[in-house]
Amino acid sequence: MSIPFWRDVRVLRVLLQVLFLIGIFLLAGVLYTNMLTGLSNLGLTLNLDFLGNEAGFDISEGIEYEPSETYLKAFWVGVVNTLKVSLIGIVCATILGLVVGIARLSSNWLIRTIAAIYVECFRNIPLLLQILFWYTAVILQLPRVRESISLFEGVFINQRGVYLPSPEPTAGLNVWGGFLLAGLVLAVILYILRAKQLQRLERPGFRAKWALPAFLIVAVLGWFLTPEIPFTLDFPVLRGFNFVGGLSLSPEFSALLIGLSVYTGAFIAEIVRSGIQAVAKGQREAARAVGLSESQTLQLVVLPQAIPIIVPPLTSQYLNLAKNSSLAIAIGFPDVFSIGNTMMLQTGQSIPVFAMIMVSYLIMSLTTSAAMNWYNRWITRNR
Amino acid sequence: MDHLENAPNDPIIVCEDVHKWFDDFHVLKGITTSFQKGEKAVICGPSGSGKSTFIRTLNRLEEHQRGTIIVDGVELSDDLRNINLIRQEVGMVFQQFNLFPHLTNLQNITLGPIRVRKMTKSEAEEIALSLLERVDIVDQAYKYPSEISGGQQQRVAIARALAMEPKIMLFDEPTSALDPEMITEVLDVMRELARSGMTMLVVTHEMGFAREVADRILFFDEGAIVEDAAPANFFDNPQHERTKLFISQTLQH
Repeated sequence: MSIPFWRDVRVLRVLLQVLFLIGIFLLAGVLYTNMLTGLSNLGLTLNLDFLGNEAGFDISEGIEYEPSETYLKAFWVGVVNTLKVSLIGIVCATILGLVVGIARLSSNWLIRTIAAIYVECFRNIPLLLQILFWYTAVILQLPRVRESISLFEGVFINQRGVYLPSPEPTAGLNVWGGFLLAGLVLAVILYILRAKQLQRLERPGFRAKWALPAFLIVAVLGWFLTPEIPFTLDFPVLRGFNFVGGLSLSPEFSALLIGLSVYTGAFIAEIVRSGIQAVAKGQREAARAVGLSESQTLQLVVLPQAIPIIVPPLTSQYLNLAKNSSLAIAIGFPDVFSIGNTMMLQTGQSIPVFAMIMVSYLIMSLTTSAAMNWYNRWITRNR
Repeated sequence: MDHLENAPNDPIIVCEDVHKWFDDFHVLKGITTSFQKGEKAVICGPSGSGKSTFIRTLNRLEEHQRGTIIVDGVELSDDLRNINLIRQEVGMVFQQFNLFPHLTNLQNITLGPIRVRKMTKSEAEEIALSLLERVDIVDQAYKYPSEISGGQQQRVAIARALAMEPKIMLFDEPTSALDPEMITEVLDVMRELARSGMTMLVVTHEMGFAREVADRILFFDEGAIVEDAAPANFFDNPQHERTKLFISQTLQH
């Protein structure tokens, strides 16, 4: 007895998928021809030749660039700026989130409450608003250049940004580098010896117990034995209307970085808290019942189970942070989206530029996901 | 405690007027009792009677708020050192096994001896393997808890507690989460442990086990000890109405 094909589940299953695919191709085809017609009406064609033309606009910060350079170079400046603010932002947000997430579980009422207020405030206000707040209400309200706040020798904060002394290598660096290399070799040897000793004693322990101090001692000794100090500090100096020298963070970069870190940090804190709480209460009790201390319980029993729970949502937050950095355009930080926007306005080549921006974010996000997935597999490799 | 008349008066656990509240709920309403070295006590009672809470106060997984508990000469108080000391002397087996899922069965057992007792890995593994032999699952040593049955997991959990060489073993409904055919294998291990002279406090509904193994049965109701008697007296001549009702209901099936 054969089933007619319109009632056969196996046939229907395949048929539906084929129909769905045909639908998608039709839609894509319509959109594509529509776009090409639109472009030809405007006298444009789809090509990337304009990228070789002179950009002609200035970019306020980033890697070295002149307005006389090409659009491609200008775009690359934006990519690097986006990467810079995203990477530093991810590091800051992670540290902030870890500390606040653990603080939310503290038995201390004050710490717990402060952490909860932080999370609830920053999680529930739109990020655009927060970035504008940090920019206009905090950083631009800082004193003028001439009345800069000086925290330490050589650190200045004013409405034009944050100025820090930057280390400048000297000829002595080569000598000191030799010491560092020797220290590193010594440290590796000691690390291996210590690992062997621990293996012989069959004790869990800190393998770098000898290597770390040995390396530090050699490094410090080398610093003083080197005839010329390996680094000099280049201090920012007020010259004319602004500071020169040293390392400077622009107000736009600072506001964006603070905004992204504080906002994402609040979400990460919740992820850390829920990850720790997701580990069954009985696990903690069992660990305490065999006599493990509070910190051993966290380190050996709770965190190994919490981290695999934390990593996937943490990855989403990293991706969100990178993508949210496109709000930079609101305060004039020259990220990839902001520069791409200028390029579109100047050349009219909106579709190629849009595609380039999208591909940039896509590459960044997929790389981040891949790295985090690899990390998650690595920590759970023994299960 | 007439049934222990001839036993040397050498209590290893002494509880004096122990009270505990969960917020407004008065869970333990003045528990006064003591347990001798080597004694096997079964604690039973309806759910919500405070029996689990009571044995959990004995290694301070729950804090008591009034009264004193002295375990092996050490008073349980807020002194961190005392708490850690007691936890090393008191083994605990949980209803949900609570094995560490990220460690092998063997590592579950060696974790405490290595980290707390500061044994070497091979010493700890030797002990762990002999304990796994004793609970009859040595062939599962290198598997993870999720790969073995509930009854086997509970036996690993018993071995984990024994590896710390405790003086007292607490069992919090050790067979309640098990399929019926696995209950026997766990109770057999507990019987063997009882014969070896271990001091055991067992919260359980297994009345057959209680009758056979226990020196003494304590019946809890509404946060107090209602009946405290040797098994024979407990089952055949209960003194309180509440106990009679409980026994008639549990022995019906």
